Amino acid sequence: MAEPLLTLQDLAVHFQVGSAFGGGVRTLKAVDGVDLDVAPGECLGLVGESGCGKSTLALSIMGLVPPTRGQVRLNGHELSKRERMATARTVQMVFQDPYASLNPRQTVRRTLADPLRLHGIANRTEVDHRVMDMLAKVGLRPDHADRYPHEFSGGQRQRIGIARALILQPKLVICDEPVSALDVSIRAQIINLLLELKDELGLAYIMISHDLGVVEHVSDRVAVMYLGRIVEQGGWQEIFEDPRHPYTRALIAAIPDPFHRADAFAKRAKAHGEIASALDPPAGCHFNPRCPLKADRCVSEVPLLEPVATGHRAACHFRERTA
Amino acid sequence: MSSPLLAVRDLNIALKGGGGIHSAVEDVSFEIGRGEAFGLVGESGCGKSITALAVMGLLRRPLSLGGGRILLDGQEIQNASAAEMRRLRGSRIAMIFQEPMTALNPLSPVGRQIAEMFVLHQGTGWTEAMDRAEDALRQVRVPSPERRIKDYPHQLSGGMRQRVMIAIALACGPDLLIADEPTTALDVTVQSEIIDLMAELCAAKGTAILMISHDLGLVANMCRRVAVMYAGRIVEAQPAQAIFATPRHPYTRGLVDSLPRLGERAKRGRQRLREIAGVVPSIAAYPAGCRFNPRCSAVTDICRTTAPAITPLPADGLVRCHHHG
Repeated sequence: MAEPLLTLQDLAVHFQVGSAFGGGVRTLKAVDGVDLDVAPGECLGLVGESGCGKSTLALSIMGLVPPTRGQVRLNGHELSKRERMATARTVQMVFQDPYASLNPRQTVRRTLADPLRLHGIANRTEVDHRVMDMLAKVGLRPDHADRYPHEFSGGQRQRIGIARALILQPKLVICDEPVSALDVSIRAQIINLLLELKDELGLAYIMISHDLGVVEHVSDRVAVMYLGRIVEQGGWQEIFEDPRHPYTRALIAAIPDPFHRADAFAKRAKAHGEIASALDPPAGCHFNPRCPLKADRCVSEVPLLEPVATGHRAACHFRERTA
Repeated sequence: MSSPLLAVRDLNIALKGGGGIHSAVEDVSFEIGRGEAFGLVGESGCGKSITALAVMGLLRRPLSLGGGRILLDGQEIQNASAAEMRRLRGSRIAMIFQEPMTALNPLSPVGRQIAEMFVLHQGTGWTEAMDRAEDALRQVRVPSPERRIKDYPHQLSGGMRQRVMIAIALACGPDLLIADEPTTALDVTVQSEIIDLMAELCAAKGTAILMISHDLGLVANMCRRVAVMYAGRIVEAQPAQAIFATPRHPYTRGLVDSLPRLGERAKRGRQRLREIAGVVPSIAAYPAGCRFNPRCSAVTDICRTTAPAITPLPADGLVRCHHHG
């Protein structure tokens, strides 16, 4: 097997949360012991609800949040020992809100050219050439280069965000909810573009999204996160056709789909209650207060991520049950 | 047949600004029967939310009613006085919003905010009203309502706040509940619980729902009939299942085809998503003729010059397209 592009080993990111009114400092375990890898050219879907730690995970892969424990290895090198600039040439990020993540006072040309200059490409002809080439790749016109972000629609802005992420020719792009801020009728354009660029440039993606339809469409493998832990991971088909963690099933059951209306399985699989606070997660399996399969063991014993089939692992004491 | 609970006829809403008057909503008509769940779907800026505000009598400058009639139980309410509307709102028509934190009063315990409904609309004393508020919280399945009643909104999670909003909205047993993107700010698993709760309570009380959302799947799942809005006009209305199975307007068809649907890839392998070209027009620059024409794959000359008329469909629906065939 080829060397993974990215390896996370027992990665944990904890924050100390202090209260202004006393009560002491508490530890928020945003990411708590995550093992994960991404092969070159692969798309890993990362699914979970707000507060599950997926964005913190992304930031620590980018080297923007130091890990409390564990390792992030890129191309076999540990991230903390790598130079920041080298990291930037390997991993880039596309953000949810393209308006908030573009500098409103910079033309598109400047937004795309700055990273190149910072990375030592000083020749103006070459910078220009690469900017124009990138604009064409993301479906923008050459004359767009001298406009400002406010002159573009949401979909076009996201194209600029993608161009900025790709201009340094990274190997891995983390897409954090790349379409959820866009108009519904624009989303397909951006999803198609991301998939085309992946094939054309041999990119690996980590696709963070709460939209399971999108994740199923684009991912090769999928990891499901709940309160800082990966609760299930496997090939896209295993996750969507044979989910073994009750939380994965609950997520799938929660998708309103008129074609699955009479699906009895969906009714039973729904989770009850709400996500616990990451400051005070339930003992044992974090999902146990909401789980239809809950037993005593789920409170006393943390289930480990264990194999159910080749490449498919679930962190549930009852992972052998299929429904 | 008796008159529908709510009838909106040829509603026009004008937007003043940018040195001119723009038509934000044009000739929108629909009816909702007693106890019926009706969905209004569209993208941001299509006019769905201001249509709801017009029904509530809450249009404020720069928006104003440009024409048309709104009938509640056959009675025109579009010109009702402020006092009359205040009486209707809460007791006969209620509304819940996308972000419950901004809709609730942060300085008042939630129990008091529910109890206020009984005091204002039914003349109940505060002691009795607080007891009824506790019952109302229990009905929306807030755990330990006797304690939660004293909580302030910031002490509750997003899902719990939205439950409180539902309790307030349904307190006086309104005939119509308007829900404007009620679950967009919530996580998916919480969303499905809130939707189930709303549907169940409204069915039990015979309350009609006007559900407003950008999520066609969500609306089609909950509502009996769905209308799709684009750029200020209703372009299609059909029973919920038909709108997915046989969408008649190119825009609806585009929406249905463009979203990756769960299970599709396993059945058919990964297909390239069908795109809707172009962008949503801004309100100041709606194109002439059919407003969807610059993005439409079936566009012909007539689409660029003449706004299509409404064509009724045989099975309880309508479409607004020159080429609906």
